[in-house]
Amino acid sequence: MNRRAQLSALLALPMLWLIGIYIFSLVMLLVTAFWVTDPFTSKVKPGFTLRNFEQIIANPAYATTSLRTLGIALAVTALSILISVPLGIFMAKVASPKLRAILAVAITLPLWAGYLVKILAMRITFTEDGFFNSMLGPLGISGPGFSIVTVVLTLTYLWLPYMAVPVYTAIRQLPPNLFDASSDLGAGAGFTIRTVVLPLIKPAIIAGSIFTFSLSLGDYIAAKFVGGSTQMIGSIIASNINLNPPIAAAYSLVPIAFVVIYLVSVQRTGALERM
Amino acid sequence: MHASAQQAPSPTDAAPAPGAVSLAGVSKKFGDFTAVEALDLDVKPGEFLSMLGPSGSGKTTVLRMIAGFENVTSGSIHLSGTDVTAVPPHARQVNTVFQDYALFPHFTIAENVGYGLRVAGVSRAERATQVGVALEQVRLSAVADRLPHQLSGGQRQRIALARALILRPQVLLLDEPLGALDKQLREEMQIELKQIQREVGITFIFVTHDQEEALTLSDRVAVFNNGRVEQVGTAREVYEFPATEFVARFLGLSNLIPAELSADGAQSSVRPERVRLLTADTAASAGTVSLLGTVAETVYTGPTTRFLVDTESGVRVIAERANDHHPSAESAFARGDRVRVEWTTDHASRIG
Repeated sequence: MNRRAQLSALLALPMLWLIGIYIFSLVMLLVTAFWVTDPFTSKVKPGFTLRNFEQIIANPAYATTSLRTLGIALAVTALSILISVPLGIFMAKVASPKLRAILAVAITLPLWAGYLVKILAMRITFTEDGFFNSMLGPLGISGPGFSIVTVVLTLTYLWLPYMAVPVYTAIRQLPPNLFDASSDLGAGAGFTIRTVVLPLIKPAIIAGSIFTFSLSLGDYIAAKFVGGSTQMIGSIIASNINLNPPIAAAYSLVPIAFVVIYLVSVQRTGALERM
Repeated sequence: MHASAQQAPSPTDAAPAPGAVSLAGVSKKFGDFTAVEALDLDVKPGEFLSMLGPSGSGKTTVLRMIAGFENVTSGSIHLSGTDVTAVPPHARQVNTVFQDYALFPHFTIAENVGYGLRVAGVSRAERATQVGVALEQVRLSAVADRLPHQLSGGQRQRIALARALILRPQVLLLDEPLGALDKQLREEMQIELKQIQREVGITFIFVTHDQEEALTLSDRVAVFNNGRVEQVGTAREVYEFPATEFVARFLGLSNLIPAELSADGAQSSVRPERVRLLTADTAASAGTVSLLGTVAETVYTGPTTRFLVDTESGVRVIAERANDHHPSAESAFARGDRVRVEWTTDHASRIG
């Protein structure tokens, strides 16, 4: 075989996948957003209209849902960072090797269980007479019930590994001498974390945040099962998938736009090259 | 912090001696492994003391305990007359130059050097002035705005030194600071280190496994082996009069002479350059140990030639001679020659 044929053989399947399935479906999504639905038969007809987008912009429910979803995704990301950084420092710098291994398993555990299993676990935890209320009720604390707060907690529970693992890995890879050097020069733990650790693990935090942010933006199952009346972008897309595919397609472009804006804004930090 | 640690030791201390380091009965165990055992060591103010030993001998662990990075298992450490055994590293008035320099990769050189001042809350303007002076001292003002990875090993080494010295510690700890440099640069840096130490006049505690480096630089050398100090003394004392077999062997070449051949009936050590090599027909001189033998091997090292002599008493003796004859001439003795080796009895060191 000559080089050309070898290259073709190497790339045939991935290119078929990338262009045939991946790109094609995304393009079709984009195209469908401009198609029309026959109001009488609910049949989708190819064509070109901006009505789907007009509808989305005109109806304030779409805008508030977009903002709510964005807020939830940002909250999940922030909460994941707040948990992952101290946890990573503890695991990498304080914990014994045995405890470190136990924690590593505990953190990645959610990745091994099915998605619905985890949602169910959270539902059982936060339901009216669930664990949360029965444990803390006697102390006068009542849980968030099924609400936007529970959606944030559930999504954090689901996506935390995607933040915790890269952050922990980055902290472990910091030369131990840097901690000694900072301490040697008079800095306490807090100062060292702020001036040395955080700047050096920023690429890992950004890498993790891309996952927590984009996975949260696209989710609607959590909202459906533990969110009470909370609606996310995904909830609206899901309910329109059969009724009005063009509207669903048009609305799908909103989270895609959010993610693109996010990626562009973090791209300049150089974090993407490290993923 | 350093600013507060700058104060003189409390008046209750008997003899406030800024820069004195005293370790009393210090032990360090890692699990079942004893890294340092019941160590007593006193470092005088302004002294350049080297802790010399093979890897795993406990010297770096001792340094890290003085810095505060490791807790002592038992014993106590005094700095400038104050007990600092339980004081965390950031509150001890010592600074460290790390083996791999440990410069902060995301800070510029100026930010690295100024880090300790920033921690201490020194104003930006004052910091800039002091960093400028510190960089000048190590002749690296030109690289102030670069990042550490843009510097050569020797430059990083000097930046690490500047960063540690800017806080004017009473004691500077150096953990094999020249280990990563090539031989020529290492020798230049040795001279520079010695000059800087004389300028700042503070105590230097220097960890190395390079015996030549230790002898060249130090006022005193503490020789470590298996978590213990085998001998402490000036370069001349530990080299010429090794107290133990380990010290004799670790610091350069040594002839270990069994008790029955030694003048005072105890095992002794004789350095090869103290051994005279004579023709076999020379009579033995008084006040010497004198042995007949055959040259088994000659080794030309450049400045000297070593002769391995198998003596009739069964001991192999190494004699080293300066190559002070005509450069093109061969040595006076060759392999197979019958020779006499002898050394003055008080040139030998009795070892325990």
